Amino acid sequence: MSSAAEAAAAGAVRTSFESGRSTRIWELAFKGCLASCILVSLLVLVVLLEQIVNDGIGSLSLGFLTDTPSRIDPASSGIGPALTGTLWLMLVCTVFIIPVGVATAVYLEEYADSDRWFNRVIEVNIQNLAAVPSIVYGVLGLAFLVRGPLSMGHVLLAGGLTLGLLVLPVLIVAGREAIRAVPPSIREGSMALGATRWQTVWKQVLPASLPGIATGAILSLSRAIGETAPLIVIGAAAFATSSPTGIFDDVTALPIQIFSWISDPQPEFKSLAAAGIIVLMVILLAMNAVAIWLRNRYERKW
Amino acid sequence: MEAATAKGASPGGFGPLGKRRRRPGEEVIRVLLFVAAAISVLTTIGIVFALVEESVSFFGEVGTRFFTDTEWTPLFQDPEYGIWPLLNGTFLITGIGILVAVPLGLGTAVYLSEYATPRVRKIVKPIIEVLVGVPTVVFGYFALTLVTPIIVQDLFGVQVQFNALSAGLVMGIMIMPTIASISEDAMSAVPQGLREGAYGLGATKRQVATKVVFPAAISGVVAAIVLGISRGIGETMIVLIAAGLAPSNGLNPVDPHATITGFMAATAKGDNPAGTIGYQSIFALGLTLFVLTLVMNMIAIRFVRKYRQVYE
Amino acid sequence: MIRLNGRAVTDPERAQEHERAVPGIDLGETVAETHPAGARTVTSREAVFKLEDVTVSYGGKPAVAEVSMDIYRNAITAIIGPSGCGKSTLIRCLNRMNDLIPSATVDGRVLYHEQDIYDEQVDPVEVRKRIGMVFQKPNPFPKSIYDNIAFGPRILGMDGNMDEIVENALHGAALWDEVKDRLDANAFGMSGGQQQRLCIARALAVNPDVILMDEPCSALDPISTGKIEDLMLELKEGYSIVIVTHNMQQAARVSDLTAFLIVKLDAEERHRQGRLVEYDATETIFTNPSDQRTEDYVTGKVG
Repeated sequence: MSSAAEAAAAGAVRTSFESGRSTRIWELAFKGCLASCILVSLLVLVVLLEQIVNDGIGSLSLGFLTDTPSRIDPASSGIGPALTGTLWLMLVCTVFIIPVGVATAVYLEEYADSDRWFNRVIEVNIQNLAAVPSIVYGVLGLAFLVRGPLSMGHVLLAGGLTLGLLVLPVLIVAGREAIRAVPPSIREGSMALGATRWQTVWKQVLPASLPGIATGAILSLSRAIGETAPLIVIGAAAFATSSPTGIFDDVTALPIQIFSWISDPQPEFKSLAAAGIIVLMVILLAMNAVAIWLRNRYERKW
Repeated sequence: MEAATAKGASPGGFGPLGKRRRRPGEEVIRVLLFVAAAISVLTTIGIVFALVEESVSFFGEVGTRFFTDTEWTPLFQDPEYGIWPLLNGTFLITGIGILVAVPLGLGTAVYLSEYATPRVRKIVKPIIEVLVGVPTVVFGYFALTLVTPIIVQDLFGVQVQFNALSAGLVMGIMIMPTIASISEDAMSAVPQGLREGAYGLGATKRQVATKVVFPAAISGVVAAIVLGISRGIGETMIVLIAAGLAPSNGLNPVDPHATITGFMAATAKGDNPAGTIGYQSIFALGLTLFVLTLVMNMIAIRFVRKYRQVYE
Repeated sequence: MIRLNGRAVTDPERAQEHERAVPGIDLGETVAETHPAGARTVTSREAVFKLEDVTVSYGGKPAVAEVSMDIYRNAITAIIGPSGCGKSTLIRCLNRMNDLIPSATVDGRVLYHEQDIYDEQVDPVEVRKRIGMVFQKPNPFPKSIYDNIAFGPRILGMDGNMDEIVENALHGAALWDEVKDRLDANAFGMSGGQQQRLCIARALAVNPDVILMDEPCSALDPISTGKIEDLMLELKEGYSIVIVTHNMQQAARVSDLTAFLIVKLDAEERHRQGRLVEYDATETIFTNPSDQRTEDYVTGKVG
């Protein structure tokens, strides 16, 4: 700028619009710095995935998916019970979060007058719960479900409910967004015909928001499936030799099994852990793919 | 009725409007929905109650030693109950994580907000989503099997298995998406008019990004960092796997350190029947953790509200 | 005589002119009854609605104030006026749609066949079963054409063959021929004009007594508008229709009676409110209005 002032003072007119060389260098350097931040993250992700695949691919086999884990012989160990345990946990979790989460979302969007204090408390509360560390949910489960008033022990139901409470806020938020996306004109049209509020919700709003709710449910489960800390705290078995057959059976989960193998001092078990991680990541990938497919196929543009 | 009307019976004729009061079915449904919504409130109450109840017993036994003792060794012969080593470990590792996550996250945010073309956005955003979705146990594995051998042992030459540095570095990668997305949100909320004003004066993109957008979004950036810290404090698996369980008051990043979360998990895994000090310590630590993260979240929300308020 | 807001037409010659000028409405014997609020009419037409000093307020501030008028059976009554005069607010009183807005309150009485629909004992759902509504922007449900129409009868538990009900409703809305082969198609695939006729059919399917239309053609092209105006003229044989429109020509074309509202500042000169200025046979309103403000509006001087 000073050169321009000088030039102007000298009576010359600056006619060139090219930026100075140093400006260009700084601009490019800055942009490069920023881009490198993204590249570093990308690099780390790639290295992480590559490492895991490298370590674990050798141990992957059909047998791996069905065998029970052994403390002594890595070669015959598998994730059988852990895998079924995880699937069962997800089932229990789903059965809990969908009615409660959707009902909460419906209540907050369709019935709650936001001027009333208790409705605001509910809203703020959900925000806070979303930020509570997952291990604290494990403590909650320990205190009320595993021991305490219900004392059911570290069983499938306890694990499923604990995980359910953890991811409930995710589903509630997704559900609310899906319900909010349904335009008010649909509700008006329905009520103008003489439908009650619930008839309108049940027959118009919920069917129309179903894709968003389903996507939200899948996202919630994706979060739940990878959680380890709460399950550790409630005492989920580190080494289960059989799959649960009822909701009051002991349960283990894939992340827990992975963790046990990681913690094992014998190095051979590391590759088992990596193989387990591969299975977990594949499941997660599949779930997210389904969620994206659902969103693209069914989500309505109002 | 004539002409184009249904042959079916009319829904009530044109006589009296019916002296029906509020439909009972609707009220029942409203109550059921309210109960479902109340479950979330009950969850919070449950958490607080659970934590406080056992903590009372813990503090009843331990008292102010929680703050005055210098070591955390509750299960030893000669137990000490000082919280400081755990706080030390927690904040040291989280601190390292923040040192990693903030530059990466903010850099990503500025790039996405000011420089990225829609095509780049389409690629980068899913990558961030993937990072968010990686289970922390996987990050823990990564820290133990790659970061520790290569960075700590090879790069720094220190032959130690468990250390805070590995855990912190990987935690940084884990926190980075949080900081990136909240900051990007805040930067996108800055009105285009502000940018245009600066461009109109002849500012370069770099100047607009650093001198206009970034300061304008500062509340959001602070909120993002605070939330990142909160996530780091509450994280369990990475530290459990990579940082070890030896509480330490030192600040050497290549030493093993224990965090609040790590110790909670380890104690829960162990044999601690109800009523023992070990069992109670889980809850006391949980309460400490809960209070810390609650305070951080409230701070963050206040900052988020600030930036939302200004522009929306 | 038709009741005017605070003014009674007592001139017998003018009364006779009224009788000649209004097509389709047989005013029959006119009997003047003096009443504190103005003159009331007794005609051979039954009044479907009687509004008595109706005021609708949002958050305590009146949006439309002290409207008194009668709405007659098998006639098309148009409500016209500049923006902000509360036409939509007023029409939404008639089927208690304003209940859906938490801050809205209604004072005064709205008598439907001599019953106050705002009485505490009255269930708004019952009100809406008899008084249908078509909205400004067509709002079909995200379902098939068939399900759109069947929705009302199904939830209201109407007896009868659903296929017949749907077909009759579509005939009533002059839509049957266009969609009879694709009843399962999604309603969103229809054009705007077709969607609006679908909404009319949907309203007809529950066998209402009155159909309220809140600017039904304002989002449509002229051809669709014309079709719907023709439809309205057919429908008035079987239903009583109240239409809000900002299009004066439309009011002049289709309606039998017209109510003209304006926006005024309230007594404290602080808030704007809608008020009824004149309510009379359409031809009178447009050719020989009693109030200067009406004349200014319909001749386009203000607007």
